[in-house]
Amino acid sequence: MREGPEEKTLLQDVPWPDEPPVMLPGETYGTVTDTIADAVLTRPIGLGWMTGLFIAGMFVMLLLVAVTYLFIRGVGIWGINIPVGWGFAIINFVWWIGIGHAGTLISAILLLLKQTWRNSINRFAEAMTLFAVACAGMFPLLHMGRPWLGYWLFPYPNSMGVWPQFRSPLVWDVFAVSTYATISAVFWYVGLVPDFATMREKATHAIPRKVYGLLAMGWRGSARHWKRYESLYILLAGLATPLVLSVHTVVSFDFAIAIVPGWHTTIFPPYFVAGAIYSGFAMVLVLAIPIRKFYHLESLITMRHLQNSAKVMLATGLIVGYGYFFETFIGMYSGSTYERFMLQNRWFGQYAPLYWALILCNILIPQVLWFPKVRRNITMLFLVSLDILVGMWLERFVIVVTSLSRDFLPSSWGHYTPTRWDWAVFTGTLGFFSLAMFLFIRIMPAISIFEMRQLLPESEVKTDEAA
Amino acid sequence: MKQLKVPAIYGIMAEFESSTDLVIATKAAYAAGYRKMDAYSPFPIEEASEALGFHKTRVPLIVLVGALLGGSGAYALQYWINVISFPLNIGGRPWHSWPAFIVPTFEMTVLFGGLAGVFGMFALNGLPMPHHPVFNDDRFGRVTRDRFFLCVEAADPKFDLVGTNEFMQSLRPLSISEVPH
Repeated sequence: MREGPEEKTLLQDVPWPDEPPVMLPGETYGTVTDTIADAVLTRPIGLGWMTGLFIAGMFVMLLLVAVTYLFIRGVGIWGINIPVGWGFAIINFVWWIGIGHAGTLISAILLLLKQTWRNSINRFAEAMTLFAVACAGMFPLLHMGRPWLGYWLFPYPNSMGVWPQFRSPLVWDVFAVSTYATISAVFWYVGLVPDFATMREKATHAIPRKVYGLLAMGWRGSARHWKRYESLYILLAGLATPLVLSVHTVVSFDFAIAIVPGWHTTIFPPYFVAGAIYSGFAMVLVLAIPIRKFYHLESLITMRHLQNSAKVMLATGLIVGYGYFFETFIGMYSGSTYERFMLQNRWFGQYAPLYWALILCNILIPQVLWFPKVRRNITMLFLVSLDILVGMWLERFVIVVTSLSRDFLPSSWGHYTPTRWDWAVFTGTLGFFSLAMFLFIRIMPAISIFEMRQLLPESEVKTDEAA
Repeated sequence: MKQLKVPAIYGIMAEFESSTDLVIATKAAYAAGYRKMDAYSPFPIEEASEALGFHKTRVPLIVLVGALLGGSGAYALQYWINVISFPLNIGGRPWHSWPAFIVPTFEMTVLFGGLAGVFGMFALNGLPMPHHPVFNDDRFGRVTRDRFFLCVEAADPKFDLVGTNEFMQSLRPLSISEVPH
């Protein structure tokens, strides 16, 4: 269903001499299974992993301290005030949820497009999505000031007799983000079930065997089960594809539906979605490059994957550049004093250095990806990816803060500076994300084992013999 | 006791080395008239379920029903809330301002469609089922690695211990075993 023999030979082969293959030759069902499963089951816990886990854990402690203090004192400990009421919480929310988007793009959209090279990076990209959405979800909740009343966002019959206001993009956000988190989680779990069965059979100790056995739900690889499984998997991909596009569209509505200068533009939905995928692929590379090195997965995550991701970054980066261009053009063309002032303020105002840094990080530096030499250089790819992550964070800062700090009336202008508690929560979520990734890589197969078996040439049924 | 009657078994299982062998064997068994059987493999093989005569699944229908219920339910809920139960004038928009209701309607369509599909798939597959007779075969664990199995069940009307065993031998498997209950 997902890949007929034609596509497979195409992927196994090298389309042109320079292109590295999706999987290095010499792999069999057994070696693929062992390479991926042994990274979890038999590999000893190394000092590097322990150190990484420790550092990430310290940042999680910082997050807990910051959140506890926030609960005691309220959002006043952050730099937000009127007129800049959104600050770090919304910047980080948009940044994190954007990062998540690449995971769904890889697992769903590339599946529908029969890009089988995705098979070796979809699993940890989906994990990345889940953890990034978890980080993203924290911010609006904490930003509410009284997070224990967060359930008021959902429509439920209550003694107050009030209901959510469905004409507000902030309510749409609740539905979009919670659906996104749920569907990403089930998509990930469904993909893991057959691999949990592999882990169950391979685990030698009783406890892992039991745990993987429970998670595998008694999966036994029956042809009837596989048929329903494949049917569901493709349908979930079909549902997740418009979903992922809708999520960042709705996030952009949070801005675009408002009348604040610099936010009220129709370019926002496509430009936000492209930016999300841009930063998401950067995060995929930031994770994939060390994982393939330290877990010796070079034969499964090959240069082809890194190069393809670089090309996706280049393409989405150009779309983002188009978005910046059009923001500027419309600001000039609109004839609106406020829009033109917003542009001036971005270029020469109090936050101008951040705007120019964002142009440098998001538009100028990534142009090096045009050169095949750069796309083949792992260190360069890693550095460009980090640069894009910084750039996309700056973009959200510029959008949120410059517009709010200088709105229509000079008498209501203000200045926003993040406090140390803003930074503590932000770096704390970075720690949470890293901690979750560190644990994931040691607990679950980081690459989809059964989908890698499907990439092997011997998985094809020779139809002429079988006829 | 034991030799008095043929022991009740779950079925006869043959082990194969490749997906092609499994599909050939499954087609042969289907042609020989066996129906209560199943093929097991470490990854999905479309041809195997076809060879078993299992052509259609109800998963897409379940997803469709879930999606329609989720979407219409979400729209109805918003209509009831914003028009009937708790009407609010927001910037002079009509109470039934349907474009604003599309986003939650879409999200709930996806959510209910997806969840219905996942629960439906596991329910149709009879999972979770922590134990199954096929696991009684020691070799069967390799189905999650690199081996392919065909199991003809004793419940099949055509099943007969000696005859089926001979038939399975003719498929030239790597090994054959009787699967106890």
